[in-house]
Amino acid sequence: MEIFLQQIINGLTLGSVYAIVALGYTMVYGIIQLINFAHGEIVMIGAMVAFSAIGWLAGNTALPPLAIVLLGTLAAIPVCVAVGYALEVFAYRRLRHAPRLAPLITAIGASIVLQQLAMIAWSRNPLAFPQIIPGTVFDIGGATITLVQIAIIATSVLMMAGLSFIVYRTRLGVAMRATSQNALMAGLMGVNANRVIATTFMLGAALAAVAGVMVGTYYGIAHYTMGSLLGLKAFCAAVLGGIGNLAGAMLGGMLLGIVEALGAGYIGDLTNNVFGSNYQDVFAFLVLIAVLVLRPSGLLGERIGERA
Amino acid sequence: MSLTGKLKANPAALWSAVALVACALIALPFVLATAGTTWVRVTNLAILFTLLALGLNIVVGFAGLLDLGYIAFYGVGAYAYALLASPQFNLHLPFWIILPIGALAACVFGVLLGAPTLKLRGDYLAIVTLGFGEIVRIFFNNLSQPVNITNGPQGISRIDPIRIGDFSFSQNELILGLNFSGPVKYYYLLLLILIVMIAVNLRLENSRIGRAWQAIREDEVAAQAMGINTTQVKLLAFAMGASFGGIAGGMFAAMQGFISPESFVLVESVMVLSMVVLGGMGNIWGVIVGALLLSFVPELLRHTVDPVQRALFGRLLVEPEVIRMLLFGLALMLMMLFRPAGLWPSQVRRRELAEK
Amino acid sequence: MSGLIAMNQKLLPALSAAILFGLAGCSKNEPPAAPKAAAPEELVIKIGHAAPLTGGIAHLGKDNENGARLAIDEANKLGMTMDGKKVKFELLAEDDEEKPDRGPVIAQKFIDAKVAGVVGHLNSGVSIPASTVYAQAGIPMITGSSTNPKLTEQGLKTVFRTSGRDDQQGPAIASYLAAEYKPKLVAVIDDATAYGEGLGNEVEKTLTAAGVKVLPREKGTKDTRDWKAILTKIKGKKPDAVFYGGMDATAGPLLKQGRELGIKVTFAFGDGACTNTMKELAGDAADGFVCSQAGIPVQAASAKFLGDYKSRFNAEPIQYSPFVYDATHILIAAMQKAGSADPAKYLPELAKISHNGATGKIEFDEKGDRKNAEMTIFMMKAGKIEPLAIIKGGESIKFEDFMKAAATPAVPAVATPAAPAALEKK
Repeated sequence: MEIFLQQIINGLTLGSVYAIVALGYTMVYGIIQLINFAHGEIVMIGAMVAFSAIGWLAGNTALPPLAIVLLGTLAAIPVCVAVGYALEVFAYRRLRHAPRLAPLITAIGASIVLQQLAMIAWSRNPLAFPQIIPGTVFDIGGATITLVQIAIIATSVLMMAGLSFIVYRTRLGVAMRATSQNALMAGLMGVNANRVIATTFMLGAALAAVAGVMVGTYYGIAHYTMGSLLGLKAFCAAVLGGIGNLAGAMLGGMLLGIVEALGAGYIGDLTNNVFGSNYQDVFAFLVLIAVLVLRPSGLLGERIGERA
Repeated sequence: MSLTGKLKANPAALWSAVALVACALIALPFVLATAGTTWVRVTNLAILFTLLALGLNIVVGFAGLLDLGYIAFYGVGAYAYALLASPQFNLHLPFWIILPIGALAACVFGVLLGAPTLKLRGDYLAIVTLGFGEIVRIFFNNLSQPVNITNGPQGISRIDPIRIGDFSFSQNELILGLNFSGPVKYYYLLLLILIVMIAVNLRLENSRIGRAWQAIREDEVAAQAMGINTTQVKLLAFAMGASFGGIAGGMFAAMQGFISPESFVLVESVMVLSMVVLGGMGNIWGVIVGALLLSFVPELLRHTVDPVQRALFGRLLVEPEVIRMLLFGLALMLMMLFRPAGLWPSQVRRRELAEK
Repeated sequence: MSGLIAMNQKLLPALSAAILFGLAGCSKNEPPAAPKAAAPEELVIKIGHAAPLTGGIAHLGKDNENGARLAIDEANKLGMTMDGKKVKFELLAEDDEEKPDRGPVIAQKFIDAKVAGVVGHLNSGVSIPASTVYAQAGIPMITGSSTNPKLTEQGLKTVFRTSGRDDQQGPAIASYLAAEYKPKLVAVIDDATAYGEGLGNEVEKTLTAAGVKVLPREKGTKDTRDWKAILTKIKGKKPDAVFYGGMDATAGPLLKQGRELGIKVTFAFGDGACTNTMKELAGDAADGFVCSQAGIPVQAASAKFLGDYKSRFNAEPIQYSPFVYDATHILIAAMQKAGSADPAKYLPELAKISHNGATGKIEFDEKGDRKNAEMTIFMMKAGKIEPLAIIKGGESIKFEDFMKAAATPAVPAVATPAAPAALEKK
């Protein structure tokens, strides 16, 4: 029983990571119907910048670990926001009215360019997280949970709450929702669509930075390739929950994380070792395909999968 | 009138141009060989990628379906060849049986991968095909247990080279005083296959099926209203595109003698897409130019930029592999931003993409 | 007008390609031209070396190349003659980027440049495809670091290696684990790469033969960072030890997460994770793991090699450079013995050579493998991996005893373990 519980905890943590990244995807998709392929790379850049900052701080100052991590995050956010803004203004804005294929292809190109630039900046070697966080482990009914795991789950819930607040309780949120429904009409009502969209991108990028720090801290390692698979899986999570829907991103992320954890943990026994944990990465894609075939609007979504 | 227009008007000029190009192509490997047989190998790989680009062009360019998992078909073709002509199962079938089998297998996969995606559009189609590509690769990497089919990450080695009777394509031979090394022989075979594929593509483009693809690409609902069976037509696009990939994969396996799942990763799919986008989606000649450019330019840069970097900075600031990937990424981005119809667009495409 | 533009669009890429081609052609033609520029009565013999000089293990590739370079410089200092001409050795160093596709391309380059022999490559996944190309041209290839058994199982007469094989490394670490820790049940994980899976298979085979039960294999990928699901599953089965075949980038998180989950048993790794980086990645969890390397540890290489390497390159040798150094010297020695740099003539000499190098005495068996290759077992202590024991021919020798035996007279090799030091018989 404790093994099952442990897998659930693993799944929730992994799922929280997916959820925060999925929030970024869903926000951008909700407003301009674009899958920002480069989102995963922004997460990676956030992690790398934060690691560089945290590494320097840990080596040269005697601040408490929490402060170091916070400062690292604060260092990563502006960099990611700048990248997100640049992407929107230089790459995506011109293509807002182009046929669907164009911004998608640009996004793919952007993700490759970002990855390579990161590699030039930080080299191919993985960056290690300095050992500053105490490894205290709590026991829950036989399963273990670490401080970092608790922090991750809590942060993702906080992020969702914060984002929901912005989208549903502020003027910016109203503008965002209006633009996503009908940009032209929103413009006629006095909303500066360009500014709102750029702000959405920047918000998404800021979330990505936090996600990057979380992922890096959790696994203790950051590498220039960490963004791509994470981004893809988070996108699958967003679709699972219903793309364009904030709560859906959270739900989708958590579910996907648990499915992956339980799948990896039990599929070997279930199939008598014909399929083992080596097929772990396949789950996300299978879930995606199943969702798109059976229920394209996702679990909580209002939008349908067919986009003209 | 454009150059091709002028040529078409004057048959004599057309034929002499064709003869000129033919002579150049036939002499090419020997010219390259003076700079090193390496360049013949590079050319062979370039031709393989051109075949892939032509295949993807059918899916993306003609039918407008963005397939990000295309490299899976390359892999299916390669593994089909490897499984039927290597010590893996101790089968050694001749290439003229295996290549069609590989193409057929890829076709089947094309239909399998295409079927669930029929209702999807644009972004979702792209991600799902990407997922399929990854799933196929993961299966290649893991089908070594419980039954060893693909030998997993270790790959399959000692694949038979192509043989016609006693004439093996991997040995060096002296014919008519010219040194026909392995790569040179493969060059001619690949060139032949390429010419056949181009012919097939040209016929497809102007056939009923080609026009049906174009109709779906421009407006699927209208196409359906005109009585086109979109399901069949889309599946056909996937199947035909996949078969090109399958044949290229088989040749790849024969030439290299060794394949592993590492050669069929997502990045390769994106590279083939870059070639199609750069050259001009839907335009056969554009796609060929795109493929040749993106195959040769990174190699040329590798030879020129490396020494320059070392001379200027004393070390490599930017690795050749990074330059190559940057080229691909930038090609995708810049093309879409400034010339979405590609370097050499078809007239139809240019109209389509310019009016929006 | 549009026709002209259309023509320009077609011509421009073609033209620029032609220009670039021309430039490349000019710069490319220099290597073959070099011998003509050599002084008269001087024979230039080119030896190729290939390893990843860019990418994740560029530092290891450079380390290998340094070993080759050191050997070439020493050979040139000796001033050999062949056919009455003074011999000058030249190293052609190429970067294979750790990619299997680059292997045959680099091989073709060396063949075009008419090298007499090749030392390399570094990764088995690159050496294997390249080896067929070298074999077709009859050019001998000696690798100092490719450990996959398949390389020499292909039946190619021109392939040799001075390092050990994974099917010796696997059994070495497995039998050490079995003897020292006496587990009843072991979990084996690998990263689904040719290297990791191969090593995992060897370890499982040896453990099973020793009567140890092995859990069904768990696999990650070479980028897996989240091992919790797999580790939790393993924890439920309560093994007495865990072995992982993979590189340190994935082994570090594995170890860290294992300890976080409360798995307290010993973790064992292969040479891919036998690095000091593990301390950075796993922190305190890293203390106490064991790992193996195929070959003697760098510290046990001959003092002369260590000293010369340091003074020449101002750095410590990392891992496989002594083996590459020996491989280069062996090529040269074979050429000397045959009195010719023609591969057809010196290949037979190469096959039966007996050479005392920085890594001990080297002889090749009929497959081209090194006879009686040693394996080293390390343990991570206080942030550094320390050698514990050397396993040679199934015998396990404590490291201190190995060094003592090696410190005696000129020959830096140990033929057989001294009786009191033998820990176990396989």
